[in-house]
Amino acid sequence: MSTTTQETPLTLKALSRKQERFTSGHRMCAGCGAPTIVRQILLAIDEPVAVANATGCLEVSTCIYPYTAWKTPWMHSAFENAAATAAGMEAMYRSLKKQGKYKNNVKFLAFGGDGGTYDIGFQALSGAMERGHQLLYICYDNGAYMNTGIQRSSATPPCADTTTCPVGSVNPGKQQRRKDLTRIMAAHGAYAAQASPSNWKDLMTKVRKAIASNGPAYLGVISPCNRGWRSQLNDSILMSRLAVDTCYWPLYEVEQKGKKWNITYDPKDKKKPIVDFLKPQGRFKNMFAPGNEQSLVDFQKMIDEEWESLKKLQEMSKS
Amino acid sequence: MGATTTKTVAVTGNTAVAEALRQLNPDVMAAYPITPSTEIMQQFTTFVSNGKVDTEVVLAESEHSAMSACIGAAAAGGRVATATSSQGLALMWEMLHIAAGDRLPILLAVVNRALSSPINIHGDHSDGMGARDCGWIQLYSENAQEAYDNTVMAFRIAENTDVRLPIMVGMDGFITSHSIMTMQYLPDDAVKKFVGPYQAMEPLLDIEHPRSYGALVLTDYYIEHKRAEHEAMLKAKKVVQDVFAEFGKLSGRKYDMFESYRLEDAEIVIIAVSSAAGTVKDEIDRYREKGIKAGLLKLRVFRPFPYEEAGAALKNAKAVCVMDRADSYGGYGPLFMEIASAVQPYRQGPVLFNKIYGLGGRDLMPKDVQQVIDETIEVAKTGKVKLVKDYITVRN
Repeated sequence: MSTTTQETPLTLKALSRKQERFTSGHRMCAGCGAPTIVRQILLAIDEPVAVANATGCLEVSTCIYPYTAWKTPWMHSAFENAAATAAGMEAMYRSLKKQGKYKNNVKFLAFGGDGGTYDIGFQALSGAMERGHQLLYICYDNGAYMNTGIQRSSATPPCADTTTCPVGSVNPGKQQRRKDLTRIMAAHGAYAAQASPSNWKDLMTKVRKAIASNGPAYLGVISPCNRGWRSQLNDSILMSRLAVDTCYWPLYEVEQKGKKWNITYDPKDKKKPIVDFLKPQGRFKNMFAPGNEQSLVDFQKMIDEEWESLKKLQEMSKS
Repeated sequence: MGATTTKTVAVTGNTAVAEALRQLNPDVMAAYPITPSTEIMQQFTTFVSNGKVDTEVVLAESEHSAMSACIGAAAAGGRVATATSSQGLALMWEMLHIAAGDRLPILLAVVNRALSSPINIHGDHSDGMGARDCGWIQLYSENAQEAYDNTVMAFRIAENTDVRLPIMVGMDGFITSHSIMTMQYLPDDAVKKFVGPYQAMEPLLDIEHPRSYGALVLTDYYIEHKRAEHEAMLKAKKVVQDVFAEFGKLSGRKYDMFESYRLEDAEIVIIAVSSAAGTVKDEIDRYREKGIKAGLLKLRVFRPFPYEEAGAALKNAKAVCVMDRADSYGGYGPLFMEIASAVQPYRQGPVLFNKIYGLGGRDLMPKDVQQVIDETIEVAKTGKVKLVKDYITVRN
């Protein structure tokens, strides 16, 4: 049985006193969700942390020789292998500790975008979760390969316009549903959860639970990208809140090796229709064109089905 | 407990390499099975399961992840080893460059096997040769004794602070990996003393001094980083030779960048790498008995390539046949192109030609070597080559 370690209380006052391990001066776009997410995660953890980071927006923008924004041990090796790189780091840590050659207590994190996680990084992530490394993998999910210019990933929502599935006279943008990676991670028996920077306390609580589980853990975090989403630059947190309140991005966690499902935030009477999330984003513009009303109906249906499914899983796991 | 004295054993190349790894006791091994290197991993994990090593083993889900984990582990700050062949090495290709670029002294035992397509599990050098540009030090082993010795020496070469490059030790798939040779193991404490404790350089686990590995380096600094890698390879040559000398004192087996077999006054020279050299040596002896001044240059260190030394050793030869157990389609064999570079400063140097042999484990028989030597004699006489590059050991 694991208990949540709580050294620094999760209050703004206490957290604001902590020394940050991620500095300003990095080159991420104004309004990007990712650096906020990274800071929230690092603030949630009191122990020393070593990070593996997949190629992508976060990595290329935060460590450009001779500068780095990371005041904690950090490694980027390649695109598809943040989980494997972190697994190696963690294995060396366990080896040196076992041999009495190393005394510190270090936690291991891996960061990857949806590109480096859902698609090219999927194998390495699955392998690391399956082998049971003590590792928290965080996917900052902006729903496309943003760093290379907004290409489709398996995390891209249906009907979205991307540069490799552009909306045209024949094709309506992305045609497939999103891959449900959080459920796939839950099926690996890892602690698996979804979080949002708009609900920072929920996010930080999950980070602490993941770390305290002393096993493989996965956290998918919605990370608004105003460039790829064609939304307002200063609406990053608003967009992530809309994602949560429309149930586009449900906040939940799965524990006990896939047996216990827990919705950690239910918008209840604040639940908004999905169009509230879709309308501010230029990538969904085509859905609002006259004659495409069915696409909005279908999207709402898809969201509702998924939300009902989650509620059922929560209910089942309570019994 | 292990060996306390030098032991004479009859073992396969894979067993010998696994034993060397046991004695080296790396902190982490991340590996994936592939024929014919799988046995190294299997024997090593038997050591692990019986508490004979301290190694933490990561049974990675692919070779790409295996090398990625090796890189993460090495950067964290400890000794790392792994083994693979052929498609596995090919799958690691991206990460090989990264390991070298990140200056991580990882040890990789490559049991050299043909690359697909077609798929073939037998011995040739296409895998190792295909990775010759990636910045790894590359050693080739003629037999199980050399494979064991190279493995024992590998960390000392790679970890030297002037070098800090990863290192590959090759041996022929099945021919060496699976055949039994009478050879010697060094005592455990001798190996332990030879390799010494690991000096971590800029480890990630040094949390007092956080470091960032794998920065994005743009047009303003990239070439300087690669120039530094080049300098490390230049320095590696001396380090390799120093380690060879020290190992020679320990074991009685003194190695060099290449073995000069009856080469000093040779007019007819064959150049080969790994197990085929054994067959060539026998034929060299037979031709010498007939009064032909034949010799063999058996290359052991492919990277860093000993251009000056090889050129000097070959400058007085009349004709040199470079035998390649790999090809560069549309070019000459990889070994040929290196030897041609070594010899090009010598205007009056030997005439060179290239034979591609033994791909996919096709045997090199004594009669094949005889044909090659006969052709080399002809080239020496006439000064002319019919075909610069040709394949031998091919069905009609």
